[in-house]
Amino acid sequence: MRLRTTLAASAAALTLGTGAAWADPVTVGLITTLSGGGAGIGTDIRDGFQLALTMAGGDAIHLVVEDDGQRPEQAVQIADRMIQSERADILTGIIFSNLAMAVVPSVVAQDVFYVSPNAGPSPLAGAGCNPLYFNAAWQNDMLHEASGAYAGANGMVNTFILAPNYPAGTDALTGFKRRYTGTVAGEIYTQLGQTDYAAEIAQIRASGADSVFIFLPGGMGISFMRQYAQSGVGIPVISTAFTVGQDNLPAMGDAALSVINSGQWAPDTDNDANRAFVTAFRAAYGRTPSIYASQSYDTANLILSAVAAADVEDRDAFRAALRAADFTSVRGDFAFGNNQHPIQDVYMRQVVMADGEITNRTLGLAIEDYQDVYAAQCAME
Amino acid sequence: MTLALIFEQMLNGVQFGLMLFLMSAGLTLVFGVMGLINLAHGSLYMLGAFFCAAGAAATGNFWLGLVAGTAAAAAAGALIEVSVIRRLYTRDHLDQVLATFALILILSEGTKMVFGPFPLYLNVPPILSGTVDLGLTPYSVYRLALIGFGLAVALGLWLLIGKTRLGIRIRAGENDREMIAALGVNIRALYTLVFALGAALAGLAGALVGAVQSVQVGMGEPVLILAFVVIVIGGIGSIKGAMVGALIVGVIDTMGRFLLPRIFASFMEASDASGLGAALASMLIYVVMALVLILRPKGLFPAHA
Repeated sequence: MRLRTTLAASAAALTLGTGAAWADPVTVGLITTLSGGGAGIGTDIRDGFQLALTMAGGDAIHLVVEDDGQRPEQAVQIADRMIQSERADILTGIIFSNLAMAVVPSVVAQDVFYVSPNAGPSPLAGAGCNPLYFNAAWQNDMLHEASGAYAGANGMVNTFILAPNYPAGTDALTGFKRRYTGTVAGEIYTQLGQTDYAAEIAQIRASGADSVFIFLPGGMGISFMRQYAQSGVGIPVISTAFTVGQDNLPAMGDAALSVINSGQWAPDTDNDANRAFVTAFRAAYGRTPSIYASQSYDTANLILSAVAAADVEDRDAFRAALRAADFTSVRGDFAFGNNQHPIQDVYMRQVVMADGEITNRTLGLAIEDYQDVYAAQCAME
Repeated sequence: MTLALIFEQMLNGVQFGLMLFLMSAGLTLVFGVMGLINLAHGSLYMLGAFFCAAGAAATGNFWLGLVAGTAAAAAAGALIEVSVIRRLYTRDHLDQVLATFALILILSEGTKMVFGPFPLYLNVPPILSGTVDLGLTPYSVYRLALIGFGLAVALGLWLLIGKTRLGIRIRAGENDREMIAALGVNIRALYTLVFALGAALAGLAGALVGAVQSVQVGMGEPVLILAFVVIVIGGIGSIKGAMVGALIVGVIDTMGRFLLPRIFASFMEASDASGLGAALASMLIYVVMALVLILRPKGLFPAHA
């Protein structure tokens, strides 16, 4: 008897489920880097997003994925095509800030939402903030600012700083210097995508610095860390999750061990949502997720929460639903500030070998309830 | 700025130049002998690095990986020559560019399908790790070894082309392919061999550099662009020109990255100087190339002067 009731209830639930599915799914266009040197990061962005949709079940979202080849002009073309041909209501997925700077302003000008799972260039957080632009990751300065604060508070007084010459690189060094109390031994901007760092390492050696701060995401970080390990310079490296994250660590190996870095998340971040995420990600893809995958997973859950609460055609209502951030982030506390960038905690992490896998372990809280400084320049309330 | 720093940067420039020479020697050889513009040369460099990383991971020995990487690139070169390139000799350069560009896309996607999108692990062999004291400054043993490899390959190529029967045929093929075919030399086999040799040089460079760089899909294209700059400066088709051009590009690029920000810093704010200096340094070798083209339109050592 009880079984029959349960079955009947399930049938009713299924019918309801089907009923909801009659509504047109919301089309989300995910533009990310799936070829070339950034392909590892893009694969994590795509897989994290897809995993959240699979775990949520249902078909509220119709996902379209395209490769930007890390080229701004290609990303802009894809965005226009997704908006005009695919009728996408929400775009997401871009990794690199120079691409975001090219795509986001034109997307929001066409009355389409953009929710960033990674890039957070400062102009879009400050004076260029927009009601249709959300960032579910961070403003670019954040992690670097935490690393700067940590370096100053932990006896580093003469740090050499290094980043690629593009919007996120300048944000990184600006962010590092903001809370760093020591002196800067030297400051170098390298080419984006540079593969040889001998000239820079020689200058680090000659500078008399007591530590090096690097922001070199993707393959740039792998090249630097390998060459640095062979150079015999030996002063400690401090960085952020973008350089010594799970996407890079297997290729870096021992060269990355014990590097201190900052992140709003780590594979061992202690909450139920994160444990479920890491377990499901490993089961689905056979590898440990990177910080990029965690951000993309959060982005998908944020969009899902808004889709459940409001109709995307009603831009004002949908915007309010996104701003509410009514989802459980794998990083822990999450809220949007006035510029629609997160207010969140930042942690320090360290690269360790654990159970035969090279990964990051959380050391402790670096900054609580961080909000970027550009929020003050944003006219939105 | 100390003497030690300038000395170390000169070594860095020479080492970078010699790695560029390995890349550009193959490119210029193929162009000189076969008149073919091979955009897929960078993909062969990438294959060398990937097969070296895979070989080293499978056997635990870097040297076996190095052999595997070079051999794989040579084999891929021979296969590509027989299946695709052979049909392009009589076509104009635009068709060759189109076909070899297609090869870049195919080889990049193919590599991603086989090895996955994430960079591979490859480390320098224990015997070449660490630093050696050169008096003025400690310097990476591996980078010194790269200089040695570059010089050894240059010497080997010089002997091969100048002193052997194969070298005579290669030089004859550069000058008049119909004539040496009429003299009974199997020109098809010669072309396959030359193309495989160029591919092996690219693969060797990729494998050697892969130990200190990220082994990732698309790693060959930035180097390919530099290799083209090298052979344009040196004179297309000339091995000697490739050597001189590679050293010029290597040293100027390294010194520019190092000195330009400092020059700007003498009259500007440090972070602005760093940004502007970096931007200008990345253009420097192209400025040099433009100057060479104005003064010596056929390069410094034109092959068919």
